[in-house]
Amino acid sequence: MRLAVEDLAFGYPGKPVGEGVSFTVEPGEVLCLLGPNGGGKTTLFKTVLSLLAPRAGTVRVDGESVAGWGRPRLARTFGYVPQAQLTGFPFTVRDVVLMGRTAHIGPFAVPARADREAADAALATLGIAHLAEREYTQISGGERQLSLIARALAQEPRVLVMDEPTASLDFGNQVRVLIQVETLAHRGIAIIFSTHDPDQAFLCAHRVALLSQGRLVALGTPEAVITPERLGAIYGVSVAIAQVEGPAGGRTRVCVPSLARPVAY
Amino acid sequence: MLIAAALLVALTFVSFSVGRFPVGPTALVRLLAAKATGAPSDLPPAVETVVFRIRGPRVLAALAIGAALAAAGAAYQGLFRNPLVSPDILGVSAGAAFGAVLGIYLSLNVIAIQALAFAVGLAAVAAVYLVSAFLRRHDPLLTLVLAGVLIGTLLGSCVSLVKYLADPYNQLPAITFWLLGSLSGLTVRDLLATLPAVAAGLVPLYLLRWRMNVMTLPDEEARALGVDTGRMRLIVIAAATLMTAAVVSVSGVIGWIGLLVPHAARLLVGPDFGRLLPTAMLLGGGYLLAVDTLGRTMAAIEVPPGVLTAFVGVPVFVWLLAVSRRGWQ
Repeated sequence: MRLAVEDLAFGYPGKPVGEGVSFTVEPGEVLCLLGPNGGGKTTLFKTVLSLLAPRAGTVRVDGESVAGWGRPRLARTFGYVPQAQLTGFPFTVRDVVLMGRTAHIGPFAVPARADREAADAALATLGIAHLAEREYTQISGGERQLSLIARALAQEPRVLVMDEPTASLDFGNQVRVLIQVETLAHRGIAIIFSTHDPDQAFLCAHRVALLSQGRLVALGTPEAVITPERLGAIYGVSVAIAQVEGPAGGRTRVCVPSLARPVAY
Repeated sequence: MLIAAALLVALTFVSFSVGRFPVGPTALVRLLAAKATGAPSDLPPAVETVVFRIRGPRVLAALAIGAALAAAGAAYQGLFRNPLVSPDILGVSAGAAFGAVLGIYLSLNVIAIQALAFAVGLAAVAAVYLVSAFLRRHDPLLTLVLAGVLIGTLLGSCVSLVKYLADPYNQLPAITFWLLGSLSGLTVRDLLATLPAVAAGLVPLYLLRWRMNVMTLPDEEARALGVDTGRMRLIVIAAATLMTAAVVSVSGVIGWIGLLVPHAARLLVGPDFGRLLPTAMLLGGGYLLAVDTLGRTMAAIEVPPGVLTAFVGVPVFVWLLAVSRRGWQ
């Protein structure tokens, strides 16, 4: 399912955040959204998800505008992995994942056996089946993030929007989340995720969008978009980009910042 | 939950038996059997009067009111994602209190006072909802709570004003008595008038039990999972308000049940609303019945249940928090 964002202007009532944003994501493609704090990444995501009304422009799925879609239909198309916050009541991890099935069951219904199986399958895919009976409020931050991805997976979305899925995770959990991003893309889901680590874009993104001050500064392959000049201009730091050989062979790029001198671009 | 139900049945029997005019369990069973078969019982007519006219309505009212308040509390705690929310957070009790106090001040009859309490209770919550809908630029839950506090305070001042103006020998005692809450003098007619509103509130809450779980997530997550949270909030507020206004208008303000009982139920069976709602209703009905039975038997005068719910509830709640491992967060 092809996602097309056309000339989107987004923000809050009386407070525009960004405008003129256009991009597409194909099924099975991973688009990484990079940009400084306050650049409008989360607001853009919420607008793509129709959680905020666009100030202008259109979000299309397979050519059809999503304006006027009801919540259940939106939820069967778009999955959302928010930054894991510790709020709410002590539901079990299985119940949290089951909540992903809500858009697939009637308003008065409770999840049926097929929904429970979908939730368990999602837990197994993420490798956290052993957490099913644990309370969501008692597990670690990394486990919580994986649970939220499982919830989005149980939702069976065509487009998955992940807002800084690796934020506040340790190194191992960050890599585990990126592995899941790749796995889900192989299933034909169109994925957009945001991150503060450009190395992650080199590792698992097909394309990168650079968002700064509410505008797309660049859009293309990681190698074309992530350059020392652009990173310097956006973040105000001096960066070198090196090619290294990965542990499983194959080459990837990494960004190495300099602590020596601030740059003046 | 089965244990709770069994306890509730036992408690109901105890409550029927004890009081100023004790009725033994065998006499009670014989009386019920006679009533069921239509055969005349050989018991004195006074026993029948006590059981069916006085104690019966009161026991059933305690069960219904306790269950309704606990159900409304469970719904609000889920909706506001906060275990320390009670059914009167949006001003329904304050509104009902003002309506009743105004009715007493205007020397209306009992039915008119109850109707006024019910109507002003609903109107107060409607006002809260409209004010919060008008302030759309802030977080919807926060504005609801703030508007509830504001309208509640305003109504509290109105109650104080009426108390100040009221005749201190006739009206003021009646007002104070009403504000303390009481189940004495409740008739079958009161009960029958209350039950449709309670049922009308309960049915949508139970039908929407899975969505209620999703509503405990942050608003944007719930919407991203396919729930129209604005509409859900309106339905849940309407349902819980209808139930609370109906029972408060006949019993007066009985605090603590809507706050403590759902929390206790959550400690016992976890947060899943499909199990939480019936458990909270069982516990709420049983709790108010126990407190009311205690209140009318422990002393020569009746202790108002509105006072006793806190006296019994607070220590029980502290104990629950101490022994339970299943908490909120």
